[in-house]
Amino acid sequence: MRLLTGNDLKTGAVTWWTGSDWSIHVEDAVDVTGSEDEIARSEEAARRVNVPYAVDAELHEGSPRPSHIKERVRAIGPTVRPDLTLKPADPEIGNWVI
Amino acid sequence: MYEYDQYDQAMVDARVEEFRDQARRRLEGKLTEDQFKPLRLMNGLYLQLHAYMLRVAVPYGTLDSRQMHALADIADKYDRGYGHFTTRQNIQYNWIKLEDAADILADLAKVEMHAIQTSGNCIRNISSDHFAGAAADELVDPRPYAELLRQWSSFHPEFSYLPRKFKIAVIASETDRAAMRLHDIGINIVTNEAGELGAAFYVGGGMGRTPMIAPCINPFVPLDRLVTYAEACLRVYNRYGRRDNKYKARIKILVHELGAEEYTRQVEEEFVHLLDQGVEPPLAELERIKGYFEDPAFDTGANARIDRSDPDFAVWVDRNTVEHKEPGYVSAVISLKPVGGIPGDATAEQMRLMADLAKDYSFDELRVMHTQNIVLPHVRKADLHALWAALDEAGLGSPNLDTVEDIIACPGLDYCSLANARSIPIAQRIAERFAANGKTGTLGELKLKISGCINACGHHHAGHIGILGVDRKGVENYQLLLGGSEAEDVSLAKITGPGFDENGIVDAVETVTTVYENERQDGERFVDTYRRIGMNPFKEALYG
Amino acid sequence: MAETLRYRDDEPVDHPAVTVDSFLDQSNASAVRIEPGDDARALVPHLERLALIEVNFPAFGDGRGYSSARILREAGYEGELRAVGDVLVDQLAYMRRCGFDAFEPDKQFDRDDVTAALERWPGVYQQAADDRTPIWSKRHA
Repeated sequence: MRLLTGNDLKTGAVTWWTGSDWSIHVEDAVDVTGSEDEIARSEEAARRVNVPYAVDAELHEGSPRPSHIKERVRAIGPTVRPDLTLKPADPEIGNWVI
Repeated sequence: MYEYDQYDQAMVDARVEEFRDQARRRLEGKLTEDQFKPLRLMNGLYLQLHAYMLRVAVPYGTLDSRQMHALADIADKYDRGYGHFTTRQNIQYNWIKLEDAADILADLAKVEMHAIQTSGNCIRNISSDHFAGAAADELVDPRPYAELLRQWSSFHPEFSYLPRKFKIAVIASETDRAAMRLHDIGINIVTNEAGELGAAFYVGGGMGRTPMIAPCINPFVPLDRLVTYAEACLRVYNRYGRRDNKYKARIKILVHELGAEEYTRQVEEEFVHLLDQGVEPPLAELERIKGYFEDPAFDTGANARIDRSDPDFAVWVDRNTVEHKEPGYVSAVISLKPVGGIPGDATAEQMRLMADLAKDYSFDELRVMHTQNIVLPHVRKADLHALWAALDEAGLGSPNLDTVEDIIACPGLDYCSLANARSIPIAQRIAERFAANGKTGTLGELKLKISGCINACGHHHAGHIGILGVDRKGVENYQLLLGGSEAEDVSLAKITGPGFDENGIVDAVETVTTVYENERQDGERFVDTYRRIGMNPFKEALYG
Repeated sequence: MAETLRYRDDEPVDHPAVTVDSFLDQSNASAVRIEPGDDARALVPHLERLALIEVNFPAFGDGRGYSSARILREAGYEGELRAVGDVLVDQLAYMRRCGFDAFEPDKQFDRDDVTAALERWPGVYQQAADDRTPIWSKRHA
């Protein structure tokens, strides 16, 4: 599957396309295969996202997991500061990222 | 240290308002991201892996306690309570919002700071010797020359859209503590046979994917020609530096392709032309700047003996203090490399403590080292124990300067959108390994530097031991390099062979240090042994 | 095509600019266009024949034209020096300092943005091709 991601223009936060909006949680992301360019163009033009691009992902326990480690670090936060990630209380999150 | 006058302050204030306007136009859609990107970069604002990142300039690494307090306040108010000191003596914040950026710049301007030209294809913050004004071996304080060049390079109308970024370092001693010859321009302030001061220009050094050691293109540029000569160097680069391939756009490639001799010939030709153009500030301006860098009121009668009866303190003194030109003083290094910590990170509370200690014990001055530590440059020996006790209590007393624990690491894949592999966890595991096996002290000076990609922000080419993280089919992999140095014995490290995984690279570092322990002769550092015995014994131990 | 922004009082040249090569080969042209790879110094012997030099910026990030402009002004050129192409309003102040006195951007500037850009800077740190006095000179006046 393909996920569309980018950063929020104002805050810089990593965001994922949910089919109707942008979410900071990668588990909200939907497959955009075939429509990625079109959504990216219109959403960027509306300044709802900055520099969007699509990435490969697989379903992992029912939720999308980006194929490349860089996108997984982006999705969660720095592996060396679990306290600053989106899932500070999840002891297994390191394994999901790496 | 340097203080802004009305002119400097007005320029920085104008820059804040310019950026505020540019950010507004971006948010309103009047600027595309392509158009906005170079503008935000020239104000130090990147779009990184998790958010915007702001890099704040610390000119030649010097700041006072008021400024360090302001940096701490920014960390708390706009970021997540910490900052990261960089290999070019700056500080960066990782969690910045575009809509806050202009306000942060305004806060910085209130304490005579800015983020001007800390990124982008322009002349970057000018770095220098972190012991400037304190070092026992310096000819003069190099910072007035760096400040002169800082002003010349700020908002330079001709050189703000260069082929690539441009980094300048200025030193004034035989000992190179600023990686001078690994800069686009390295300047060493020297004397000629007549005893006059001048500047030796080294041009075309750098790390990145094509590391080069800068050749000396002019051993003595008179001080009243310094700006003109720099202008000539830049003009030749701006006209002929490659624009077709960003990986070949740095000046080192131009100097290499033209040859140092031909590049120098063209610079000299341009220099002669520019001498008539009135670009050189009068020497009185250099003298004005020098006035801000006069010695503080040292207590010349201060006791030169240190009470070493506290053994932990004595270890720290031996490792983390450096000889000062005044016998009653030392420069004290505050390690930002606690074992298992993130190299170069400091919390807002730690920044405030360092600021307060600088005020109490170091004439209100701090320095950022390119090795991502902090220096209190002028500490009375009599005050050292009190200083150490305060640092130690705050977790800032690690006695590991220049040891295998004092690792330079770029932010790597944990923070950086260019990175291919994580750097910080490797630094943490290596420091933990050597802290546990107790060899940190016995290995002596061992400069270990880690980059998470080929851009080499972690200076891996210049490490006695260097590590380069690469992406091997989506998996982090680490190459090992040996024999680099960024000091006066400058050399480029060579790769040992096939790379390692995360655990393997930690083992590999231990393996090469064991070879060193077995082979070293009296007084040899790791890099000395490597230079004497060559790569093969290390390769054999690694790959058998 | 956006309108040309001029900071000169004389009449604009009314014929098109020729390339540097064709100018040097022949010609009676009084207008020439410099591309980023051209060496502006080649024009220096002929400056008195020229009334308009256009400096093309195919991409705003390619800054060679800034050096071309200054070199021409340093050589004494007093005719129109026009930046054309992908020229952005945020570059105007530096371009004026390098000696440009006319702008023909691909995309029209907003008038207020132009005014803001040109009135922004209270001082300058360098001697360049304009008539502004560097800060270091003011300090030691």
